Amino acid sequence: MWDYTDKVKEHFLNPRNVGEIVDADAVGEVGSLACGDALKLFLKLDEKKERIVDAKFQTFGCGSAIASSSALTEMVKGKTLDEALKVTNQEIADFLGGLPEEKMHCSVMGQEALELAIAKYRGVEAPKHDHDHDHGHVEGGGEIVCKCFGLTDVFLKKVIQSNKLHTAEQVTHFTKAGGACGGCIPKIKDLIAEVMGEEKKAVQEKPAKLTNLRKMQLIQEVLENEVRPQLWADGGDLELIDIDGANVQVAFRKACAGCASSGYTAKFVEQKLRELVSSDIVVQEVQQ
Amino acid sequence: MKEIYLDNNATTKVDERVFEEMRPYFCELYGNPSSMHFFGGQVQKKVDEARSRVAALLGALPDEIVFTACGTESDNAAIRSAIEVFPEKRHIVTSRVEHPAVLTQCRNLTKRGYRVTELNVDSDGRLDMKELAAAVDEDTAIVSLMYANNETGVVFPIEEAAKIVKEKGALFHTDAVQAVGKIPLNMAASSIDMLSLSGHKLHAPKGVGVLYVRRGTPFRPFLVGGHQERGRRAGTENTASIIAMGKACELAHLHMDEESGRVRDLRDRLERELTALIPNTRINGGGADRLPNTLSIAMEFVEGEGILLLLSEKGICASSGSACTSGSLEPSHVLRAMGVPFTCAHGSIRFSLSRFTTDAEIDAVIRELPPIIKRLRDMSPFGREFLSKQ
Repeated sequence: MWDYTDKVKEHFLNPRNVGEIVDADAVGEVGSLACGDALKLFLKLDEKKERIVDAKFQTFGCGSAIASSSALTEMVKGKTLDEALKVTNQEIADFLGGLPEEKMHCSVMGQEALELAIAKYRGVEAPKHDHDHDHGHVEGGGEIVCKCFGLTDVFLKKVIQSNKLHTAEQVTHFTKAGGACGGCIPKIKDLIAEVMGEEKKAVQEKPAKLTNLRKMQLIQEVLENEVRPQLWADGGDLELIDIDGANVQVAFRKACAGCASSGYTAKFVEQKLRELVSSDIVVQEVQQ
Repeated sequence: MKEIYLDNNATTKVDERVFEEMRPYFCELYGNPSSMHFFGGQVQKKVDEARSRVAALLGALPDEIVFTACGTESDNAAIRSAIEVFPEKRHIVTSRVEHPAVLTQCRNLTKRGYRVTELNVDSDGRLDMKELAAAVDEDTAIVSLMYANNETGVVFPIEEAAKIVKEKGALFHTDAVQAVGKIPLNMAASSIDMLSLSGHKLHAPKGVGVLYVRRGTPFRPFLVGGHQERGRRAGTENTASIIAMGKACELAHLHMDEESGRVRDLRDRLERELTALIPNTRINGGGADRLPNTLSIAMEFVEGEGILLLLSEKGICASSGSACTSGSLEPSHVLRAMGVPFTCAHGSIRFSLSRFTTDAEIDAVIRELPPIIKRLRDMSPFGREFLSKQ
């Protein structure tokens, strides 16, 4: 049984704003019967057509899909369209006190429907959304990566980036991509590498002379985006304990803790930091 | 809240008579049956009795019964044994709707160069015997087909299948985990070489299973070590659970008529009334021969997890063939193999009854399920036009 929070259960059992708005200004529909979940979102705007005064939904899907839809409608009411567009899937999940990771795709579906509704209302690049087709989620632009659920590289990269996803399994949990036949998993791994590569480039453009503050920030970024994901892949992890000038203290966690080759791991961390932050960095392993 | 437990294909309540039977074998009669002293010897006698009781339920001989740790182990042991016995044979036949205990094992073997044929089923979940006959050849080491399907209750014509397979010279194994205790079996008049069963599906505890191995069937053990189970399954016997398994089989034998009578009537009533009260439903496997205790009902335009959670609020425990409950993202492989239409593949619910199921419990489901389906359909963006025509 899923470990749903009380808030998820409460929103599932007593969903807010179920139904349709006949004279809605904006409607966004994602998902399909075949996919196993779908959401149709209706938005009603004020007279100036700026602020959302009412939101309703119809959802076909599991408990967390219904709870996410309910949460979404509560969150966007009273917001301007621009404010609403800033709602992230993580915020939908947070509103519910969190979702099991396998169910994060429900929050992504909510955000997608919201974006789609607003884009269609504004007539921006009306994303192609063919819900007669067996599979939904087909947005304008990009190439289909996951054929089972009709998901494009553009969409997947966006979700990977905004949720800082590091493994193909996480991408499946957040988008369902790769969750059926599994044929696109290698392609998903490529997309993750691509996104990480782009972030790496951004990190590499380091200023010539680092202030202490900037150096500490960079060290943290590199550990988060470059080092920890690689350790996670082997079931390990590390924690940054302290930074003193060029001296970086880390403690190894999970599989890395007590691992015979943690000395090599420390070297690897040092190498990464020297390469991406500053050549004088020394990494020290501490027990803490 | 008192549970209304209709998920007996997942696991069953341990019968209190079974529990009483096993109870002394933890703290008092804890001897090792292999020991030379009287203290182990008395446990050995009870293990022998359990073996005879299991054999009686199956119409088998006691020395054909090998105790294992679970149905999965029995399935794994049967298939692995066959490929070791016939190292030159590189082909296995199974079906698309098998339990993962068989299917995953077979699919893993493809990575070791085995050819695996997965037989199709029709829209009612039935096998085509001609397809089976055509699939088996001199390269086939083993054919493994389930006796009855855990999701739909569809019963395969296993005796007919076993005969076809034996004529072609391959071994025949059946996963009878769902069938044993629900429908009569008689190994004495059967062509089956190996058969798996599981304790916790028939009111014995979890953690004990049986592999029936016909006398004369070549066999290589899966677990090696001690001489237990006549060298066919090493490891100190799980005495208390084995004794429980024996008692559970004895009781299953006694209650067999109830399964095919009272339990079947309850299931049929549930099926009839739900179909009448809920528009746009379909019985998965409805046209096939089915176990008396299983009802798999597909409802259009709703998703299974929501149904289960709302049933659970009313104390009703059932299961679904839907994606969302299992962590997988597709409807179950069984429903997909049957080609259940996508409008209802995600809305399939399985009710599985037992001899403990009462009339009042069935009444409760008939009362609670229709409004739940209506509520979820009212919330769904699909099927409005269609359902309003009702």
